[in-house]
Amino acid sequence: MADTILNVGGVNKRFGGLQALADVGIRIERGQIYGLIGPNGAGKTTFFNVITGLYTPDSGSFELDGKPYSPSEPHKVAAAGIARTFQNIRLFPEMTALENVMVGRHVRTRATAWGAVFRTPATRREEAAIRSRSLELLDYVGLSRYADFQARTLAYGDQRRLEIARALATEPKLLALDEPAAGMNATEKVALRGLLEHINRDGVTILLIEHDVKLVMGLCHRVTVLDYGKVIAVGGPAEVQSNPAVIEAYLGGGHKAVATREAA
Amino acid sequence: MTSFFPQWRDNPTAALIATFALAALLIAAPFVVGQLGNAWVRALAFAALYVMLALGLNIVVGFAGLLDLGYIAFYAVGAYMYALLASPHLTDNFAALAALLPNGFHNPIWLVIPLGAALAALFGIILGAPVLKLRGDYLAIVTLGFGEIIRIFLNNLNAPLNLTNGPQGITLIDPVIIAGHSLARPLDLGFVKLPSVYLYYYLFLFLAVLTVIVCINLQNSRLGRAWMAIREDDVAAKAMGINTRNVKLLAFALGASFGGVAGAMFSAFQGFVSPESFSLMESIIVLAMVVLGGLGHIPGVIVGAILLAMFPEVLRHTAVPLQEQLFGKVLIDAEVLRMLLYGLAMVVIMLYRPKGLWPAPEHGRLAEPKAQG
Repeated sequence: MADTILNVGGVNKRFGGLQALADVGIRIERGQIYGLIGPNGAGKTTFFNVITGLYTPDSGSFELDGKPYSPSEPHKVAAAGIARTFQNIRLFPEMTALENVMVGRHVRTRATAWGAVFRTPATRREEAAIRSRSLELLDYVGLSRYADFQARTLAYGDQRRLEIARALATEPKLLALDEPAAGMNATEKVALRGLLEHINRDGVTILLIEHDVKLVMGLCHRVTVLDYGKVIAVGGPAEVQSNPAVIEAYLGGGHKAVATREAA
Repeated sequence: MTSFFPQWRDNPTAALIATFALAALLIAAPFVVGQLGNAWVRALAFAALYVMLALGLNIVVGFAGLLDLGYIAFYAVGAYMYALLASPHLTDNFAALAALLPNGFHNPIWLVIPLGAALAALFGIILGAPVLKLRGDYLAIVTLGFGEIIRIFLNNLNAPLNLTNGPQGITLIDPVIIAGHSLARPLDLGFVKLPSVYLYYYLFLFLAVLTVIVCINLQNSRLGRAWMAIREDDVAAKAMGINTRNVKLLAFALGASFGGVAGAMFSAFQGFVSPESFSLMESIIVLAMVVLGGLGHIPGVIVGAILLAMFPEVLRHTAVPLQEQLFGKVLIDAEVLRMLLYGLAMVVIMLYRPKGLWPAPEHGRLAEPKAQG
């Protein structure tokens, strides 16, 4: 399958006595917006951290754009072509918005310590390219007027956008977003949805973890549902929405299920 | 020029004038303070050395956010390297070496400076490699230990092989020789005669300015941004593809190299080195310069270094006469007073200016409430 951008299978991850992920897999086609949903504690973020190299899995196979990659160290994953954002925003707060995006260019540029110390012509050229590309990206997410603002002074929604711009600066094959709409108000969510569709139209495949079912259903081409560390459903949004296992996971399978849970 | 005065980026003329004014001030400085005696010029020369040290430490602590309490070890490495390569100590103690080099060890400054930088950088990596996973207090303790290890080695490496001459230190170290002229002797320019200490001041000033330029270059580079990213958020830095291990090692190595060069210069200036110049207190004073001036902000660090380097000298010349005038006798010794005032200054700064005397400027909505209202 030449069109598969991310193919991950058989991921197991155990934290002490808790099986956080049991044989979880995902397969994302190029150009998709792929949703990963599930109730609280289902293992979404754990799975995310595994594929981006933050957690070491107990087992699993990983393939990005047809090439196997090893999610052993986060910086290698970023170099391979997966860029991510964080559920609780992790910008570089004291650096300016522009500098934040410029850090994202790190992995695609080459300047050495030698070049930095002596400011060689090649380094200066590269630096100028980093700056102009970063300004473009700020403009792309609509933050160019805040370029010289320190990241921590930006509004919440703008910080989310800045994190996305920083991730895009790494030229990812797959953009992985961990609950980008968390904490956003309705207007910000609409704007975010527009931005994600725009990014996707420009050819970036997106993996999206989201709580907001409405957003996921409107945006994603395909969805995987996790519950208690297991995949309980895979399919198109409508298909998944009507899946009884999913309804049960989200709503608790009717009064009977609630009663047994309360009794337990 | 504008890189020295970023606030005048849009006004190169102002930046140029300011640069020339500053240069004139720095060149004239020894002639002004020299009126009070050569000891003051000597203090200025030391201030320039401390600027180098503080800027070097600022790379590690200010840029990369790695708390280093053993920085003076790199100063010691540079100082002893120069002492061994430019004194009769090694040839006196090792007959084979004496036979090899009948004229003894004498090395030109153009060799010593890069060598001092490289050796200290190597030691920076030796320190950095095992502490990569440590942060904050834990890192501080290990680096403190490293600084002490180096000092204790220097103190005890006089047996079985006499490498460092132990606590007695190494004497008869060559002065710096530039273009055939030894900086230990005055230089007659025709219209003015420059004493030795003036020459050293200008040499150290030149090196300090070079350090400032390198630091500015580093700060505005891919590497500098990577350091700051690690300081701000280690995990996010990794996720952005920064190899934090290599980048941290580079911070230790580059920071240490400035210490090494400063150490070599110290050794040549003094003509004598001994382990007691490299105590923990020295590390703490250099760190105090960085923190008091403004962590991570180059102009602040320079100001901090100059203030703290000149302060004991001012005190030495004023504390005793002032007390005699006020109380008729000396109540507190100048040395004791110095530590008291250091402590007091630190407490006051941390209370009223927790980011230092001259911290990095704020940019953003919090910084410009007036512009909006």
